Amino acid sequence: MDLSTFLLMRHEIVLLVVILLLIIGEVFIAESKKSSMVHLAVFLFGIHTLIGFLSIDYGSLFGGMFHTNALIQFLKNVLNIGVLILLLQSGDWLQEKIIRVNRGVEFFILLFSSLLGMYFMISAGDFLMFYLGLELSTLPVAALAAYDITKRISSESGIKLILSAALASGVSLFGISMLYATTGSIYFTEISYVITADNLTVLAFILFFTGLAFKISLVPFHFWTADVYEGAPISIASYLSVISKGAAVFILMILLFTVLKPLMHIWENMVYIIAIVTMFIGNLFALRQQNMKRFLAFSSIAQAGFILLGLITGDQLGTATVVYFLLIYIFSNLAAFGVVQAISLETGKEQMKDYEGLYRTNPNLSLIMMLALFSLAGIPPVAGFFGKFFLFTAAASKGYYLLVFLAVVNVTISLYYYLLVVRAMFLRKSDNAIPYFKSKVYMRLGLLITAIGILVIGIYSPIYDYIYELSRNLL
Amino acid sequence: MDISYIILIPIIPLVVFLLLGIFNQKIKPGISGYVGVFGLLASTTLSFYAAYQYFFVYGKVDGVFQTFSEKTVWMNFTDTLHIDMGILVDPISVMMLVVVSVVSLMVHMYSRGYMKGDEGYTKFFAFLSLFTFSMYGLVLATNLFQIYIFWELVGVSSYLLIGYYYTKTAAIAAAKKAFIVTRFADFGFLIGILIIGFYTGTFDFETLNNPEGSVILNWAATSFMGLSVITWALILIFIGGAGKSAMFPLHIWLPDAMEGPTPVSALIHAATMVVAGVFLVARLFPMFYFVEDGFALNIVAYVGAFSALFAAIIAITQTDIKRVLAFSTMSQLGYMMLALGVSGYEGHEGVGYMASMFHLFTHAMFKALLFLGAGSVIHAVHSNYLKDMGGLRKYMPITNITFLIAALAIAGVPPLAGFWSKDEILVAAFEHNKLIYYVGVFVAGLTAFYMFRIYFGIFWGKERTYDHKPKESPLSMTLPLIVLAFLSVTAGFIPFSEFVTADKAGFEAHLNYPLAAVATGVGLIGIVLAWIFYKNENSLSDRYAKAFGPLYKWASDKFYFDEIYMFVAKKILFKRVSEPIAKFDKKYVDGTMVGIGNKTVLTSKKIKGIQSGKVQDYAFAFIAGVVVLALVFIYLWPN
Repeated sequence: MDLSTFLLMRHEIVLLVVILLLIIGEVFIAESKKSSMVHLAVFLFGIHTLIGFLSIDYGSLFGGMFHTNALIQFLKNVLNIGVLILLLQSGDWLQEKIIRVNRGVEFFILLFSSLLGMYFMISAGDFLMFYLGLELSTLPVAALAAYDITKRISSESGIKLILSAALASGVSLFGISMLYATTGSIYFTEISYVITADNLTVLAFILFFTGLAFKISLVPFHFWTADVYEGAPISIASYLSVISKGAAVFILMILLFTVLKPLMHIWENMVYIIAIVTMFIGNLFALRQQNMKRFLAFSSIAQAGFILLGLITGDQLGTATVVYFLLIYIFSNLAAFGVVQAISLETGKEQMKDYEGLYRTNPNLSLIMMLALFSLAGIPPVAGFFGKFFLFTAAASKGYYLLVFLAVVNVTISLYYYLLVVRAMFLRKSDNAIPYFKSKVYMRLGLLITAIGILVIGIYSPIYDYIYELSRNLL
Repeated sequence: MDISYIILIPIIPLVVFLLLGIFNQKIKPGISGYVGVFGLLASTTLSFYAAYQYFFVYGKVDGVFQTFSEKTVWMNFTDTLHIDMGILVDPISVMMLVVVSVVSLMVHMYSRGYMKGDEGYTKFFAFLSLFTFSMYGLVLATNLFQIYIFWELVGVSSYLLIGYYYTKTAAIAAAKKAFIVTRFADFGFLIGILIIGFYTGTFDFETLNNPEGSVILNWAATSFMGLSVITWALILIFIGGAGKSAMFPLHIWLPDAMEGPTPVSALIHAATMVVAGVFLVARLFPMFYFVEDGFALNIVAYVGAFSALFAAIIAITQTDIKRVLAFSTMSQLGYMMLALGVSGYEGHEGVGYMASMFHLFTHAMFKALLFLGAGSVIHAVHSNYLKDMGGLRKYMPITNITFLIAALAIAGVPPLAGFWSKDEILVAAFEHNKLIYYVGVFVAGLTAFYMFRIYFGIFWGKERTYDHKPKESPLSMTLPLIVLAFLSVTAGFIPFSEFVTADKAGFEAHLNYPLAAVATGVGLIGIVLAWIFYKNENSLSDRYAKAFGPLYKWASDKFYFDEIYMFVAKKILFKRVSEPIAKFDKKYVDGTMVGIGNKTVLTSKKIKGIQSGKVQDYAFAFIAGVVVLALVFIYLWPN
């Protein structure tokens, strides 16, 4: 094995270097200048993101434990862009944090470690690598959720996440070991040849599946979501709902479409049921939320239900629509969380009624929020419409008309609560509306990128065509 | 003939519109006027060049004018049915290019003076350019669908310009009325287009109009309720044309449209847009003539004749000079329609077609002149009403002379333009339909009477007390008057029958002396009567108005047509149809929806307790989920 073949892991290597540089920087930079670490981190990660787009070979390493292909590279880049936007949106908050309580750099180290875990998870070629990646992506986030040590609710959030995650990963690991028992291998390629739908395998699959279902917040494995989102810093809630969920959906899709394809007659029914339950529960709970973070938490559960419509197809169209939807979802949800964060940073307000009359005082923020919510609700011509439309098309192409119908019912319900926020911002008048404020440069840049993404991705059709091309080969 | 440069004629005003529209706030008003005028000057030059090239150099091959077209496929419906975009050059489209260019240029120049100091000066010119672009696009259209697109575009520009004084409630109401009434008519047009597309498989004018083509030869292939479907389609298309050309009973929007600025009335509601309906019938003339032996064409003739008479009677009683002119326009449009309606196809048979186009041409000149003259007067006395005018000839000599020329032209006094074209119309009517001929002659007398009624009323009669002394309008306004006056005198000498004919071959037209003498005599009688009644202020007119009593009142209230429409809309449509439907919608459709919504919220409230906040509960749910899934998929679901 040539040393240069390690370059297949370029994403991982560069990110690791970034992490190490930050650790070194933390040691060497004077206390008084610590806040400039934020610039350094954003800068380094920006470079990492750019490098990600350079062309690269595809192939596998370590006897097939690690592999990459065009679609995986693309998804890593998408995750990078998401994290970069997230960094921009939380840069000001972190700077202030570092100055005030002298903490901060570990934020980046934890965050990037989690991202590294996701890289390994989606590049995994066997269940061991997959499990390691899964753990690496989850554990640092639990620490990050408890990052606001001055707030009790933040610690509670961290504890809840780590307990739930431990349970989920334990069950999942149990499933993996049973899969090993029935198939005699942990390599994806080998398992796919020998796997059959006997009872033990089905049980093993179900146990394994719950681990990812937990990360994607599918009902009934979703209960942690709202509590954790509410307590965690907004950036982390945003990270959980966007990046973490996106990576988990992606690896679930790969596993279902390739390794577990022989079990399709099992999992398609399972996905079918869980999709319906998830959409309805997510939406019904979202209806009544007053706290914006909890509101977005349940809305993201419902969105996960919609994604399952693409997963159920098991073909290239499904892959393309899921990835396309994820891309749009990342931009839309980041925009929504970004606005919530901007307002929370400035005023500490997180309730829906605080948003009344926002358009009169902060028209730009309101417009971005409106775009984000329209996109999440799927109103044309913003990107979210195309994302949902393609997902539904994929499901309908396989004849799941009832499922599509129920999804459309759910879109209608979701429209109601998304528009509640829009109504509060645009139509309601309030005497104590949030006064006008100007966010800092990082935040504004972060919001601008998401707004452009929402407007462009749907209309600019080559993006979908490109993803469709990439979706040809999964493994 | 190379016709590609003709595409520039519509493109230039479009560019001007975009420029003025986008940089609305940044352009100084003076500059925007010049941009508009010079843009149109370029288009006009090209139009004249095109007309010269077509009529005198390349157009005629073997004594027949050729049709040139250039088109690209814009939208494909089926293998055969597609919508093209392109330009079509034939005698009537070239003639219309000239008409639109000349009138629009004059109106642009005139507006520089008339709209001076107005807040939305730049916006006004932007709208004028949009209209001119749309009108060019309409006359150059190669197929029914393209003409429909531009048809709606002129409707929109007209809407924008009528409602230009958008702070005036009356202007807004008038704009809406014009838009809704014409839209209503356009609905017929659209259905007609769809029928044609469905049964003939083409929208293209050249294919449709070919007298030896399959469309015209096979008109009887499908019939519906005793008539060929093609005839039905033509009738529906004519309804669209009747809406735009203010034919009875779709005329009600035109008088109200006078709320727009006067130059707009001159351009859109006198010379160009309102003749679109006439143009449409002329464009499809071979179909109208050959399909079902001209059944649809007969309808055109009678609707035209009735509208001509109807409007002329109302015009006599109106006191707002712009409304008099509006009804006069409607009456003259009726003339053009009836001329088309009585026309034949080949050679001298087609004199009606030729006369209609001829009258369209001359009417555009003298009616635009009348409107611009009226605008000049309104500009001077700040009122639309005859009662506020009188004796103005001393103060406004140029306006006086040019208005007089236009009035003589429309009254059909030789040798002015109106005389020649009206004479041809009456010849056509005399040869084909005596009833329509008599109506035409009577209307000619009425026309002369009402036109000189306002002429004497404005420029002679008793002088009023004016707030400040009326003075002649500036050169920017009088120059267009002079140019149009010149055209109103000379346009009649154009040997139209050699250029614009139904079969495109041209023929020798001769003046029919007895008929001309009758028409001129009737016109002169009208003028003399007006002279007796209105030359000097006297009670004669009031006494006659009283003698006619209810009849006069009836006509002066426009035969209560607005009221009839109101009654039908409010008492029948709204009350008997809309309200019950609205009630049903509210009670059952909305009720069901609200019910579902309430249920959803209720369910949401009920299940709230599940989210307890305790991790042990969550863990329980997690494990329960695993167990349920395992039970279902291992034991219950048949693998």
